[in-house]
Amino acid sequence: MKYKSRFSKYITILVLVFFYLPMIVMTVNSFNNSKYGITWKGFTFQWYIDMFNNPKILFTLLNSLIIGITSMVAAMVLGTLSAFCIHYYKSKLQFINNNLILIQLGVPDILMGMSLLLFFISIHIKLGLLTIFIAHVTFCISYVTMVVLGRLQNFDFAIIEAAKDLGATWPIIIRKIILPLLSPGIVAGGLLAFTLSIDDFVITFFVTGPGSTTLPVYIYSMMKHGSPTIVNAISVFILIATFILVYFSQKLTNSKKTQ
Amino acid sequence: MRSDSNKNKFTEFVLTSPTLFWLIFFFLIPTIIAVIMALRPSNPYGDLEPGWTLINFETIFSPLYIPVIWRTIWVSFASTFACLLFSIPVGYYMSRLSEKNRKIILFLIIVPFWTNSLIRIFAWKLILNPDGIIQAIFVFFGIIPESGSLIYSTGTVLLVTIYSYLPFAILPIYAAAERFDFRLIEAARDLGATRWHAFIYIFLPNISKGLMAATAMVLIPCLGSYVIPDLVGGTSSQMIGNLIANQAFVARNIPMAAAWSTLLMAMILLPLVIILCSKILLKKENC
Repeated sequence: MKYKSRFSKYITILVLVFFYLPMIVMTVNSFNNSKYGITWKGFTFQWYIDMFNNPKILFTLLNSLIIGITSMVAAMVLGTLSAFCIHYYKSKLQFINNNLILIQLGVPDILMGMSLLLFFISIHIKLGLLTIFIAHVTFCISYVTMVVLGRLQNFDFAIIEAAKDLGATWPIIIRKIILPLLSPGIVAGGLLAFTLSIDDFVITFFVTGPGSTTLPVYIYSMMKHGSPTIVNAISVFILIATFILVYFSQKLTNSKKTQ
Repeated sequence: MRSDSNKNKFTEFVLTSPTLFWLIFFFLIPTIIAVIMALRPSNPYGDLEPGWTLINFETIFSPLYIPVIWRTIWVSFASTFACLLFSIPVGYYMSRLSEKNRKIILFLIIVPFWTNSLIRIFAWKLILNPDGIIQAIFVFFGIIPESGSLIYSTGTVLLVTIYSYLPFAILPIYAAAERFDFRLIEAARDLGATRWHAFIYIFLPNISKGLMAATAMVLIPCLGSYVIPDLVGGTSSQMIGNLIANQAFVARNIPMAAAWSTLLMAMILLPLVIILCSKILLKKENC
């Protein structure tokens, strides 16, 4: 036993070094005073100044936030509805609904992007914020549904029957029973949808139009042509944001478990 | 009674239809359109021509593209295998840690899980750059010639793919290992099993659900990989995803892009259909 766990310990350390070494190199490099940023040429804040002086970053970030928030709200509503139906009715229709959602989860980004692009071309919708919104809602629905379904596993439907027997109407049941009990699941699903939307590059890349570039699409274009130094600076910011977000979400789930 | 169940059906339909129609409109129909477009001929400018054809699929399976299909398959399977190989010991180790240490390691694995994948890929581009530190070390030890390059090869694509998807393999395996009752291993050891036997015959079968989830989480996105070969791979390390994007944005040949998508879809759906069919058959036999 002892030998075995020592082996797995070394592998774990190796994996963590593997995970973080590239990020550390990138962070150090973001202060490197060399245009093409590889060999060390002294310390500088120049790339961070460049980043703040680049109006396109703010503009694309704004686009990302607009898409992220709107598609989060839409996916929360649609995903919660479908999770409730799948769990409550268990009919043939729900079998179709459930499988459609599962298959959608299994489809790689590039296929969703490509088929949506073909779809938008064939019905002559102009590519832009609207098409990105539609694409993001489509891939977020399944995730929200899965998270809310997980929450529904420990949902006692006898409560609803009891409320009905006591004369509650559906609007009251939804407002006073279903939503409060499901809200942790809905919120978790919504946060997942928001992060997926903000992070998405591949699907957005296929359905984006002029003027509707999101931050990941802009970062990608900077990686391909032009300014790797600014990319480093943005990456460090995104890394820090990710660290903070994960830290707080972990704290939240931990405090819930102990309650 | 009757009107009540009818009313129920109606409520069910009203509640289900928004999501169902959304998915039918923006997921099912686009997918079908992609398959249909793959059967349309195109002129040399990439515009659609009237009629139907199988020529796009003939092009796909021409000797020119067989290496790309083969590369997509082997890179995906190799990186899935490597991810499992590393995740199993990590999941095992984490599930045996104390609560406090476990939380720290879990945090360190969730951060890369959530970090934007573009950024994580770009970090490797920096490291493996011809002027970078690793190149210098490799040249110094004579592993590669001075004119050699670490980046823009299939090996780099494999490395960065493993780097990108490893967190996605560790988390489900850890979740399964956490629920594993380690007394089973002790019991097996007491009964005379070797460490290796206990690991293979007790631990692995008990985390099989986690292993399956990890395989699906890595293999499927790998098959559809596009960004990684695009950023760190060269022309000789293209995968099917690159051909789809190329046909859509560079060659602007919509039917060809659709044909490549259809092939990729078939590659992913085929194993799923086989699993589903075997499950249905098993159920029937049990009944």
